[in-house]
Amino acid sequence: MVPVADYIGLSAILFTIGALGVLIRRNPLVIFMSIELMLNAANLAFVAFTRMYTALSMAGGGQPVYSGQIFVFFVMTVAAAEVAVGLALIVTIFRTKHSIDIDNLNSLKG
Amino acid sequence: MTFFYLAPWIVFFPVIGLLINLVFGSRFSETVIGTIASLASGLSFVVSVLLAYSLVGHPEAVRWTIGEWIHIGTLQLDWTFRVDTLSTMMMLVVSGVGTLIHIYAVGYMHEDVRFKSDLKRFQRFFVFLNLFIAAMMILVGGDSYLMLFVGWEGVGLCSFLLIGFWYEMDTLGRPSWANSNAAKKAMIANRIGDFGFLIASFLMFWAFHSLQFDQVFQQAPAIAASNPGLITAITLFLLLGVTGKSAQIPLFVWLPDAMAGPTPVSALIHAATMVTAGVYLVTRSAALYVTVPAAQFIVALVGAVTALFAATIAVGQYDIKKVLAYSTISQLGFMVAGVGMGAFAAGMFHLATHAFFKGLLFLSAGSVILGMERGHHHLAHHEPRKGTKEKHPEEVFDPGDMRNMGGLRKTMPVTFWVYLTGALALAGIFPFAGFWSKDEILASAFRGGFTAIYWLLAIAAFLTAFYMGRQIWMVFFGEPRHAAAAHAEESPQVITVPLIVLAALSLLGGALDLPGVETLTHWLEQTVVFIKPGEFVWSVALISTGLALLAILLSWLLYGRRPLKVGEVDPLKQMLGPVFTGMERKWFVDELYWALFLDRYVDVSHFAADVIDGRFWHDWFHEKVIAGTYNWLSHIALNRYADQLGIDAFFNSLGEWTKEAASGLRRFQNGFVRSYALFVLIGVVAILGYLIFK
Repeated sequence: MVPVADYIGLSAILFTIGALGVLIRRNPLVIFMSIELMLNAANLAFVAFTRMYTALSMAGGGQPVYSGQIFVFFVMTVAAAEVAVGLALIVTIFRTKHSIDIDNLNSLKG
Repeated sequence: MTFFYLAPWIVFFPVIGLLINLVFGSRFSETVIGTIASLASGLSFVVSVLLAYSLVGHPEAVRWTIGEWIHIGTLQLDWTFRVDTLSTMMMLVVSGVGTLIHIYAVGYMHEDVRFKSDLKRFQRFFVFLNLFIAAMMILVGGDSYLMLFVGWEGVGLCSFLLIGFWYEMDTLGRPSWANSNAAKKAMIANRIGDFGFLIASFLMFWAFHSLQFDQVFQQAPAIAASNPGLITAITLFLLLGVTGKSAQIPLFVWLPDAMAGPTPVSALIHAATMVTAGVYLVTRSAALYVTVPAAQFIVALVGAVTALFAATIAVGQYDIKKVLAYSTISQLGFMVAGVGMGAFAAGMFHLATHAFFKGLLFLSAGSVILGMERGHHHLAHHEPRKGTKEKHPEEVFDPGDMRNMGGLRKTMPVTFWVYLTGALALAGIFPFAGFWSKDEILASAFRGGFTAIYWLLAIAAFLTAFYMGRQIWMVFFGEPRHAAAAHAEESPQVITVPLIVLAALSLLGGALDLPGVETLTHWLEQTVVFIKPGEFVWSVALISTGLALLAILLSWLLYGRRPLKVGEVDPLKQMLGPVFTGMERKWFVDELYWALFLDRYVDVSHFAADVIDGRFWHDWFHEKVIAGTYNWLSHIALNRYADQLGIDAFFNSLGEWTKEAASGLRRFQNGFVRSYALFVLIGVVAILGYLIFK
């Protein structure tokens, strides 16, 4: 069995890639993909920790734990909704500005 | 079968009546307002009768609590009604006479508001009248001195409101503050009495740790044995309250002026019921008074001196209501003397009969005044009367002046007969009610060895018969001395029927406590255990009857045999000269009080206003000290340099600093969403780093 630490390491790597993608890229579609990466990094951590707790709980004669898996479904739902809203925003922005470069969207500066 | 559970309704009925009239009265007609008010008082009377009926088979006092009031430490006071023979007797008198006067007032006020041209006050009058009945019922029905005091103040308030009922005019309807001043005089004189009552209550609480009647009276003998001075002080302070409410020397001066109120008010409040509250208070406190004979003697002396003093003034009055007012003071003196001598039954008996005949006399006087006003009205509208000397256009007509009357026997026959009944009852002629009750007081004085008091009262009784004779001759006999008297008209039935009922009571009221039967004495004995059974003394009865007849004869010689002519000086004035002037001017008591107290009070007020408030506080303290210091400080602190270099510079620099801080922070708000995300990341890393590596 793959140790939990490996999953968590993969999750951290995915999260870092996602965070860097958000900070570096100027295309909003790529930024959305990066955000999905970060969310899935979190999902991976959820599932990994839940499996670890289930193993500990069963070893002690207890019940299996599913709360992490359930939470993953919530995160997926929220991510889908967020993408739906975000894509709609991007389409609208493109229609008004004829560009979707994220650095051109700076009219709210101080 | 007992009806004690109805006890609170003696108060609730009038309160309901007044609330209905207060809220809806402006939409009702006069008849409806009058009916509701009379019904409220009448139902109260019915309840009183039921309570009295219940007491016949159950003579012990019944206490009926309707709510908690004050519970502090050992002081336990509730809203408790006390139904015993004494309070029930007062309830019967108050609501019985009160109901008759309500009915009479429907007729009287109907005309009064028209003569004074303000129809809206009809409603207000009956609201006040019902409020009075409610307050008086609390006074007589209360189970503690404090509840009695609530009623005591309540009736004082109603008295004030009703004396000043026509507050913007004088008794003749001219614009003036005379009526309003009379109301204030009553209020202030009563405040002095109330001060005595309150001090007595405080002393009582201090001595007995209670204000509830039974608890106070139980401890009275023990405290009187250990500390007689304390009980004397309590009783004398109570006496001060009595002199205020019951118009005794030295506080009687408000009652004559109280005649400024409408006549039903004079009858109900200032003759029949409220002013007898003092007599009730002494009777109620009998257990305290009997322990200190010295205080009892002072009470009796105050009563007797007042009786004589007021009777002399009544002789010299020309106003029909003023005569009756001084007569009331005098008769209250009889009652106070009676209860002071320990003849509690005699005093209460006189209270009841006096309520009948003095109520009757005042109401009849009201009928006479209305008759005169009708006659005057008739003249003003129908006959210009050219060439007659007696009527000048600017002359103000006084319908209550007996010098304008005369010969009313023929024009107002019903009023004449009932007035005569009342006058004979007041004069103490056998077999009218006043004969029995006054005689019982005189006999008590005689048998009790109070010789001085007996003679004071006997002379007062003589004068009583004299001034009532004088009034009858002047008002009803001879020839009319004013055209209005010649055209006077009899009053309608709503006025005359209550008069006839009261006349019957004045005639038969003596049956309450006939010698040998003594119904009232035995009735009151159950509550006031100190009552000595009365005894008929033939010599006393003969002397007082002889004196009364002699006085009437004398009044006939002076006023009846040769009636007063128009503009003629009173024959007694020709005989007595300055003495009569003294009587006419109330022995200058008002002037004396002005010189001794009121002018001094005005001086002190002027001093307080001009010197202390004006010169010291306003001119010196406010202007010089506060305003001057402030001006001086602001001159220093707010000159150009301090203002611009100190205060302005400070606040401007605050503003500049804020602006600079803002423009510094503005750089972070650059609009690039990725830089915001970077800051978020840095922040999260910083916080996590702190949490992990701390």
